Amino acid sequence: MESCPSVKNILLLDSEGGRIAVKYYSDDWATNNAKEAFEKSIFTKTQKTNARTEAEIAMLENNIVVYKFVQDLHFFVTGGDDENELILSTVLQGFFDAVGLLLRGNVDKKEALENLDLILLCLDEIIDGGIILETDASVIAGKVASHSVDSGAPLSEQTISQALATAREHLTRSLLSG
Amino acid sequence: MAQFVKKDDDRDEEAEYSPFLGIEKGAVLQEARVFNDPQLDSRRCSQVITKLLYLLNQGETFTKVEATEVFFAVTKLFQSKDIGLRRMVYLMIKELSPSSDEVIIVTSSLMKDMNSKTDVYRANAIRVLCRITDGTLLTQIERYLKQAIVDKNPVVASAALVSGIHLLQTNPEIVKRWSNEVQEAVQSRAALVQFHALALLHQIRQNDRLAVSKLVTSLTRGTVRSPLAQCLLIRYTSQVIRESSMNNQSGERPFYDFLEGCLRHKAEMVIFEAARAITELNGVTSRELTPAITVLQLFLSSSKPVLRFAAVRTLNKVAMTHPMAVTNCNIDMESLISDQNRSIATLAITTLLKTGNESGVDRLMKQITNFMSDIADEFKIVVVDAIRSLCLKFPLKYRTLMNFLSNILREEGGFEYKKAIVDSIVILIRDIPDAKESGLLHLCEFIEDCEFTYLSTQILHFLGVEGPKTSDPSKYIRYIYNRVILENATVRASAVSTLAKFGAMVDSLKPRIFVLLRRCLYDNDDEVRDRATLYLNTLGGDGSVIETDKDVKEFLFGSLDIPLVNLETSLKNYEPTEEPFDISSVPKEVKSQPLAEKKAAGKKSTALGAPPASLTSASSAPVELTEAETEYAVNVVKHIFDRHVVFQYNCTNTIPEQLLENVVVVVDASEAEEFAELATKPLKALPYDTPGQTFVAFEKPEGVPAVGRFSNVLKFIVKEVDPSTGEAEDDGVEDEYQLEDSEIVAADYMLKVRVSNFRNAWESLGPDFERVDEYGLGPRESLSEAVNAVINLLGMQPCEGTEVVAANSRSHACLLSGVYIGNVKVLVRLSFGVDSAKEVAMKLAVRSEDESVSDAIHEIVAN
Repeated sequence: MESCPSVKNILLLDSEGGRIAVKYYSDDWATNNAKEAFEKSIFTKTQKTNARTEAEIAMLENNIVVYKFVQDLHFFVTGGDDENELILSTVLQGFFDAVGLLLRGNVDKKEALENLDLILLCLDEIIDGGIILETDASVIAGKVASHSVDSGAPLSEQTISQALATAREHLTRSLLSG
Repeated sequence: MAQFVKKDDDRDEEAEYSPFLGIEKGAVLQEARVFNDPQLDSRRCSQVITKLLYLLNQGETFTKVEATEVFFAVTKLFQSKDIGLRRMVYLMIKELSPSSDEVIIVTSSLMKDMNSKTDVYRANAIRVLCRITDGTLLTQIERYLKQAIVDKNPVVASAALVSGIHLLQTNPEIVKRWSNEVQEAVQSRAALVQFHALALLHQIRQNDRLAVSKLVTSLTRGTVRSPLAQCLLIRYTSQVIRESSMNNQSGERPFYDFLEGCLRHKAEMVIFEAARAITELNGVTSRELTPAITVLQLFLSSSKPVLRFAAVRTLNKVAMTHPMAVTNCNIDMESLISDQNRSIATLAITTLLKTGNESGVDRLMKQITNFMSDIADEFKIVVVDAIRSLCLKFPLKYRTLMNFLSNILREEGGFEYKKAIVDSIVILIRDIPDAKESGLLHLCEFIEDCEFTYLSTQILHFLGVEGPKTSDPSKYIRYIYNRVILENATVRASAVSTLAKFGAMVDSLKPRIFVLLRRCLYDNDDEVRDRATLYLNTLGGDGSVIETDKDVKEFLFGSLDIPLVNLETSLKNYEPTEEPFDISSVPKEVKSQPLAEKKAAGKKSTALGAPPASLTSASSAPVELTEAETEYAVNVVKHIFDRHVVFQYNCTNTIPEQLLENVVVVVDASEAEEFAELATKPLKALPYDTPGQTFVAFEKPEGVPAVGRFSNVLKFIVKEVDPSTGEAEDDGVEDEYQLEDSEIVAADYMLKVRVSNFRNAWESLGPDFERVDEYGLGPRESLSEAVNAVINLLGMQPCEGTEVVAANSRSHACLLSGVYIGNVKVLVRLSFGVDSAKEVAMKLAVRSEDESVSDAIHEIVAN
């Protein structure tokens, strides 16, 4: 307990439990399979809860997980079972609000993926190797945004081949449904 | 084709809006070539990095070559002045975690950024560099890091401090040199810099109790700005409190005032941290607890689930040690039973179960009943455990609690949950005599409809033990016999055993039990039929109702005191003959074979093709055949079989410059007439200090305790070994080495077998083949030494602790048991006496099942 408060992972999952951005700071989950298994169990366990107005909390595998949902996005922050729950919840709130600021209120999976660079930078500004760097959402968002003002264009522009592929799929679908 | 398109279509529906649709590693790696363009398109490059990071985040891995290629390409991007792109480059380098020879490529770029005028560059370059650096590089940049710690930009200072915390794990001696700068940073006006500085300073000094104490003393008086730093300070304060003793004069705990003051802090995380710290103080008094409990109680009615959870979890812990302190919160706690968050509800209930008083139990149970139906099994198990402890605390309330348990036992649930309930009922039945009858009936009802074989058999066994002792055992018979009709073979067999136990214990039920058992004789499962037959015979089911004798009861209710492994080995070696298998011939000692020996046994059986027949009997302890500290150390283990004797020679080569090959022991059995050499298994190679085994097998007349003396010579080919390379020369020289003689003596044919009651065993063997004689053992060192010598000579098992001789006693009696070759039970009574000249006399009385064996024992001693 003399140790510094620490975060074991931060997860941003979609409404199916799929990854949008995840960051692990602990060796508890050594392989990608272990990580995915953890994500799956935490997603299933919390799926039916209502964590939209206030952050919720659960215990899983001797870890404390605090979480909050908005639209089709599920935010999770995990810490050890003797961690101060309110510290974890402060980290979660910082992450949650910072993402809200960065996505200018359009907080859903589509926006998150289109601005994945911002989400990744945001994670990088909140925690460094498990240690809390910053929990104030506006400071976090400010640090992330200040660098990307001039290059903040989302990743909406796809390569030509991708665009063609999408167009072809739309065409086949309209043909099939017709 | 249409189908294929359709399938594809379904998948697109979900991922339609993803900008990463159809992303593929190979293609992205191709795209990464834009990093090499002379005219950098920074937006495009950012996008490609994002894609690479996306792939890594999804669990994709890059091969070593791919990672190196991407890394080198990314380093080119330091040319760009675009801030956003540079940040993505930093992220990418951290993700790739390059090897030390690659790090050199980016070191100069990062060091340039570390001294840049742009704060963002400075902070991030520090974090990246410290992440990928090693000790040598660290000394080069140490100067800049020390500067950065006291940088006026808080982001830069925090970056350096946090990096310091990480580096302390790998390069503590370097980071410890920064403590002056870190100390200065602790005074920083920036909240998070103070937090990071405090964390680092404490870690640097954590082994210096005095320094930590000073740090805490100065900071608790001053101002700490960030709530996080305040939480840290509370943790460090509790550590100091733990390590310092209570101030005895005033009874005041040092720093308690500080903790209590923190309960009035404006940040909830600090209030909670302080409250938790107070509840965890060693030997906390109720006066100290009160203010902490008060704030936690306020949290219980918070609108935030996290606060409620934190509070109820802490109170739950307090309730384990100070239940009275928590009772004030019971009303708030009760309202949490209906909390949306089931973790909170479960914690509230288990807390209430710990703190509740006897009168409140009924009301509480009513509330819990509603709650149980909508929580998961894992929570239910916690509740069941809490109810069990409550019931043991208030035995008078067993009726309510037992009813509750039986109700939930009937509801749906998984194995672990049902097992927890059954275990609880069993414990209650054991500990609360009044609860026995109702508890047993609940269990009976449960097995009427139980899908878990394991639980059914456990309950049946328990019924067999407890049921016959109740006032009306007959009412359980129906439940048990129903199992015989309705269940699978495992449960049926177990029900048959239970029926037999009722029959054995309750004589009035015997005739009815016999009828039921006889019906089981027609069961289609072997085990069930066998058990029924066995019990009918042991209970005397031939019609005559007799008193169940003690042996039968012991058989039915006693526990098997033989290690199962030994029983298994003995049964495997038992060859079907006229002679029945005798369970008393199974050794009761747990043999812990040394690993080498086990391996050898395995090797031997494969080498000889088939395992030797009837590996029943004793293997001796190793007997040394060489003096200590000679060139080659050899000992022998004698394995005795009915018709064979196998010598296992354990050899060790103690000369580093030699490799021995084709190692055999040549045995001269001219002084052992009844033995004929059968086979030899040489040891191929015996390198330095790696023990190896060679074996020699002899045939001997079956069942005869043949004795003899064997002279041994170790023969081998010796090869010189070059100590520097460890390689042996090609040519070797034949050589031999004289070993001491080995012997087969009568005691080798004795198997140590314990008897549980020597007197009974002695009486039951009878005096028919008793042989008694007296011997003078001459002057001995002590009585104890003489006793041990005789025990070793006979190779028998001392019984009832009689191998221990009381100090200074003039006489001693010793009881021994064993099984001699041919499976003959032998018991020995020894009486020793010693006179003033240390002359020891001994009287030896032997009883066995065979006259010749009794004589043989006397011969062993006489010789």
